[in-house]
Amino acid sequence: MMTDWEVVIGLEIHAQLATKSKIFSGSATAYGAPPNAQADLVDLAYPGVLPVLNGEAVRMAVKFGLSIGAEVARRSVFARKNYFYPDLPKGYQISQYELPVVKRGKLAVVLDDGSVKTIGVTRAHLEEDAGKSLHEGLANASGIDLNRAGTPLLEIVSEPDMRSAKEAVAYMKKIHTLVRYLEICDGNMQEGSFRCDANVSVRPRGRKKFGTRAEIKNLNSFRFVEKAIHYEVARQVDLLESGGSVLQETRLYDSDKDETRSMRSKEEANDYRYFPDPDLLPVHIDEAFIEAVRATLPELPDEKAARFALDFGLSAYDAGVLSTSRELGAYFEGVVSTLGAVHAKLAANWVMGELSSALNRDSVDIVFSRVSPVHLAGLLLRIVDATISGKIAKEVFEAMWSEGQTADAVIEAKGLKQITDSGAIEGVIDSVMAANPKQLADYRSGKDKLFGFFVGQVMKETGGKANPAQLNELLKAKLGGSS
Amino acid sequence: MLHNLSIGELSRRLNSGQISSVELTRHFLARIERLNPALNTLITLTAEQALAAAALADGRRAAGGESGPLLGIPLIHKDIFCTDGVRTSCGSRMLDNFIAPYDATVVSRLKSAGAVMLGKANMDEFAMGSSNETSYYGPVKNPWDTTKVPGGSSGGSAAATAARLAPFATGTDTGGSIRQPAALTGVTGVKPTYGRVSRFGMVAFASSLDQAGVFAHSAEDAAIVLKAMAGFDARDSTSIDTPVPDYPAALNAPLKGLKIGLLREFFEGLEARNAALIHDALKVYTDLGAQTMEVSLPHLPLSVPTYYVVAPAECSSNLSRFDGVRFGYRCEAPKDLLDLYKRSRGEGFGAEVKRRIMTGTYVLSAGYFDAYYLQAQKVRRLITDDFRAAFAQVDLLIGPTTPTPAFAIGAKIDDPVTMYLNDIYTIGANLAGLPGLSLPCGLIDGLPMGLQLIGPHFAEAKLLNAAHLFQQSTEWHKQSPRGFE
Amino acid sequence: MSLTRQDVEKIAHLARLSITEQEMPVYVTSLSSIVNFVDELSRVQTGDVLPMAHPLDGQHQRLRVDEVTEGDHHKKFQANAPAVQAGLYVVPRVIE
Ligand SMILES: [Mg+2]
Ligand SMILES: [Zn+2]
Repeated sequence: MMTDWEVVIGLEIHAQLATKSKIFSGSATAYGAPPNAQADLVDLAYPGVLPVLNGEAVRMAVKFGLSIGAEVARRSVFARKNYFYPDLPKGYQISQYELPVVKRGKLAVVLDDGSVKTIGVTRAHLEEDAGKSLHEGLANASGIDLNRAGTPLLEIVSEPDMRSAKEAVAYMKKIHTLVRYLEICDGNMQEGSFRCDANVSVRPRGRKKFGTRAEIKNLNSFRFVEKAIHYEVARQVDLLESGGSVLQETRLYDSDKDETRSMRSKEEANDYRYFPDPDLLPVHIDEAFIEAVRATLPELPDEKAARFALDFGLSAYDAGVLSTSRELGAYFEGVVSTLGAVHAKLAANWVMGELSSALNRDSVDIVFSRVSPVHLAGLLLRIVDATISGKIAKEVFEAMWSEGQTADAVIEAKGLKQITDSGAIEGVIDSVMAANPKQLADYRSGKDKLFGFFVGQVMKETGGKANPAQLNELLKAKLGGSS
Repeated sequence: MLHNLSIGELSRRLNSGQISSVELTRHFLARIERLNPALNTLITLTAEQALAAAALADGRRAAGGESGPLLGIPLIHKDIFCTDGVRTSCGSRMLDNFIAPYDATVVSRLKSAGAVMLGKANMDEFAMGSSNETSYYGPVKNPWDTTKVPGGSSGGSAAATAARLAPFATGTDTGGSIRQPAALTGVTGVKPTYGRVSRFGMVAFASSLDQAGVFAHSAEDAAIVLKAMAGFDARDSTSIDTPVPDYPAALNAPLKGLKIGLLREFFEGLEARNAALIHDALKVYTDLGAQTMEVSLPHLPLSVPTYYVVAPAECSSNLSRFDGVRFGYRCEAPKDLLDLYKRSRGEGFGAEVKRRIMTGTYVLSAGYFDAYYLQAQKVRRLITDDFRAAFAQVDLLIGPTTPTPAFAIGAKIDDPVTMYLNDIYTIGANLAGLPGLSLPCGLIDGLPMGLQLIGPHFAEAKLLNAAHLFQQSTEWHKQSPRGFE
Repeated sequence: MSLTRQDVEKIAHLARLSITEQEMPVYVTSLSSIVNFVDELSRVQTGDVLPMAHPLDGQHQRLRVDEVTEGDHHKKFQANAPAVQAGLYVVPRVIE
C-alpha cells in the first residue's frame, strides 16, 4: 500500500538591504561594477583592517521586524561563522548567531483557494554577503570578484510551517512584497538581491517527527523555488519508498536540467566554530530608536488590502491583488479619486484587466504607464455616463494606450459616441424594416428569435453606436407594429 | 651623546637649531649600521625614506614654524603596523612579500606628529611568542647578553630601544608583548588601556587582547609618545571616544597618599632576588609618600590558561584571511583549491603560529566550545572582577613584570607551556583590558629586571606619573648595555 | 586529556594547514600538553557567571553613517595578489 507523504518546508530568505554602502565598509553596493572595483581593504580582508557597522542596515532590519510584529532585540551580537571559501575573504562570515536582531514574527499569506495561512518567522538576522566565483574563460581556474562581498543581507528564517511548494511560493512572494513596501530591498531577483534557501523534508502524514531535510541553496526565482521543491519532494519520496534514506545535505538546483544535486564543496566537515566577533561590540537598540523607525513604516500590504475591501467594497481577492505593490495600489487609488468610490469595482476591473495586460504585453512598469490614472478615470466616466459602451471602451483604451490621448479626444476623433437620440434610432429601424419585409413578416407570424437579427442589422447600420437599451425598447415597439 | 638624550632634550636642540632632524637621523642610522648586525632587531631598514622624512620635518620646523615634541624625532615601528608602500611582514614568511597599501592609525598619527621612521622592527611571528625566536627573520639578540633572548613578541622594538638605535619604538601587547621584553631589555614599556590606542592597521593576533603601546628610555619620553599615539579612531569599533589627557603635564603630580597594592599572588613563589628588587622599589614609593597594602586576586593564577584558550581561539579566526588568494605567500603549483589553502598556510606559517591556530580551532570546535572557550570567558570575567574589587581599595597594583631575567636563546623554544608561563604576571591586564607599565628596577646576574605597574582603565597618566617619579629618584632606566652606551 | 594523531589531522584540516610527517608527532605532543594545561579551567566553579567576550564589556557598537567613502583602487590592491586576470583574483577551479 502507498504511504501518504506530507511535505514540510522552511525557507531562509536572503534579502540584500538597499543601503548605499556596505554593512562594514564604505564601499558602494551598486550592481554591475567592473570586477573588484567596489571592494575596499575591509571587503578584501586586508591585514589590519576592521569592520564598522552601517547604522542604516540596522534601521532596515528593525523596520522589517516591526512590520511582522516581531520582537526587536534590545541587544544583538555579531558572530563569526568560520569556513574557507574563495568568495569569503576573511575565512569567516560576520553574521548573527545566538542573538539575532529580530525574533519571533509572523506573516499571513492568502492561498489560491482564498484561505489564509499564518507562517511563523523564527528570526531575521544581519550578515554580510559573499563575493562571486566566475568560471567563464578560465582554464580549470576560477576568478573571484569581491564587489558583492560585504553587501548587507537580512536573512529571514521561517518556521517549517509550509506544506506545499505553492505555500512556500506564496510566503516568499509575501516577503518579497513586504521588503519592497518597506523600501529596504529592491527585490531584484535576477541580480540576486532577493534569493532563498529551501529546507525540504517529507514524512508520513500524521507522524509528529520531521523527516531528514535537504537544504536547496540559492533559488533566485519563484518558479525555481516551486520546481526545485517539486523535484526534491519526488526525489525524497522515491528514496524512502525504495527503502533508502534521505541524507542531510546541501543541494543545488540546476534550472537547465530541472533537478537538484548534492553540493560536495559545502558538504564536508562544516564545523563553523561560531564565536562573538571581537572586532564588533554588542548592538544596543533602545525604545527611542525603535519608535523612530516605527514612525517611518508605510501602510503595509494587509492594511492596504483591508482598507480597499472596506472603503471600496472590493472582494478580498481584488483588494489583495491591488495591494501587491505600493505603485499598483497608488494607481488604483488615483483612478478612484477621480472616478468616485461608487465606481471602485469598475476601476478595479479595468486596472487588473485592460491596464495590467497592456503593461505586461509591452512590459512597461506601472509608474510609466502610457495611460495615467486620471486618463483611465476619464475613460471609465464615459462608460458610467453611457457615452460609450464597455465594448467600445476597450477600443478607446487601445487608442489611448498607443496614441496617448484622452478618452474624449479618441471618442470625438473616431466618432464613437453612442446614439441616444430615439428619433435617429427609429429612423434606422424603419429603414431596416423596409429593407427586410420577409423577416418582418416571419417575426410578426411568431418567429421571435428573429428579434436578434433586427438588433444586429441596426447595430450594423449605426456602427455599433446605438444605445443598446434604447434600441431594444424601440425595436420591440416597432416590430410589434404598434405604430 | 645624542642617543642618550631624552626626547624632550632632542626636541629642544632641534627647535634651537643646534641639530637638524637629518643629522639626528643620520646618527641613528649610523648606530644601526654599526650595532644592529649583532642584534637583528630590524626586518626592514628604511634609510632613504627616513632621511626624506627628516628633511621634511626640518622644513616644517624652518618654514612652517612648527615645534611639536616629536617633529623630527626618529623611531622604529614594530613590523606588525601597516606602513604604506613599505613591506609589513609581521615576522612571517606569509607576509614576506607584502607591501601594505595604507598606514595604520598609529603610523599616520606619529607621521603627522613629524616622527621619522627608521625601519620596521623584528618580532615573533604574528606576535606569537615571548622570546622573539619564532620570527621568520631569525631571533633578536638581547643587547645585555647576545646569547639571551630580548623577550617577545615586540623583541626587536625592545632591543633596539635598549641598544639606543632609536629614541623610541612602537610595540603591541596581547599577553605581555611590550612589558615583558621591556623588562628583559631594561627599558620603559607602556601597554595602554584596551581601546585607548587604535588597532586599525595593526595586524590582528587576538582582537580582544591586542593593544598598541610604546618603548622608550623613560616614562617621561613614553608620555610624549603615548599622547601622540592615543585617541579615538572611527575606523576601529573598539576604540573608545574619551579625550586623551596631557600625560607629560601629569608626570610630576605628588604621590603623597597614593595607595599601592601588592599582589599577593605575584609574590607567592617569587624568586628571592626578584622579590628583593620589588621591595626596594616599594621603599622608593613609600619614601615618596605612597601607602602600600597587600591585595589578593584569587583568580589571577588562572590567567595563563584562560589566555591560552581566548587568544588562540581569536587568532585561529583572525589568521584565516591568509589563504594565498589576495596577498601574501602562495604555494607552488597548487593542484586544487584545498591544496592551495593547506600548503600556502602550512608553508607560509611557522610552527608556533600553526600550533596556536590549531589550539584555537580545537577549543572552538563542536563538542569543545563550552568546556574551553565559554569556560575561559567566564573565568575571564572572574579575573576582571578581581581587578575591579582590588581597584576599589588601591590606585595602582605593583609587582614584578617577569619571573626571571632574560633566558638563553633556545632554552624554552621546544616547550610551549614553559614558554607561555613567562607571561604569568602580564596576561591578567590584557584579559581585563587594563593599562600596564614596566620600568627597569635593577639587575639580576647583570641582566635587567622590570617593575610592573597596573592601573584601572584609563589610568595611563597615573602610571606614567608614578613611573616618572620613581625614575627621578633612581638610575636604573639610565643604564645601557655594555657596548651600546 | 591528550590528543590523538587523528584529532590533530582533523583540526589541521578544519584550519586548512598542511602538516608534514616530521611535524605531526611534535604537534600531537605539544597540543596535548597545551590542552592538558588549559584543562585546569575545568576545575573552576563558574556556574552562573556571564561569559565575558570583550574587555569593553558593557560598551556598545557605534553605528556608521551610510555613505560611500571608498573608490576603485583594485589595481593598487591587486599589486599584492599572487594571481590576477582581468581584475579577478585567480584560484584553482571552484567546484560547486
Ligand atoms: Mg543560512
Ligand atoms: Zn545567510
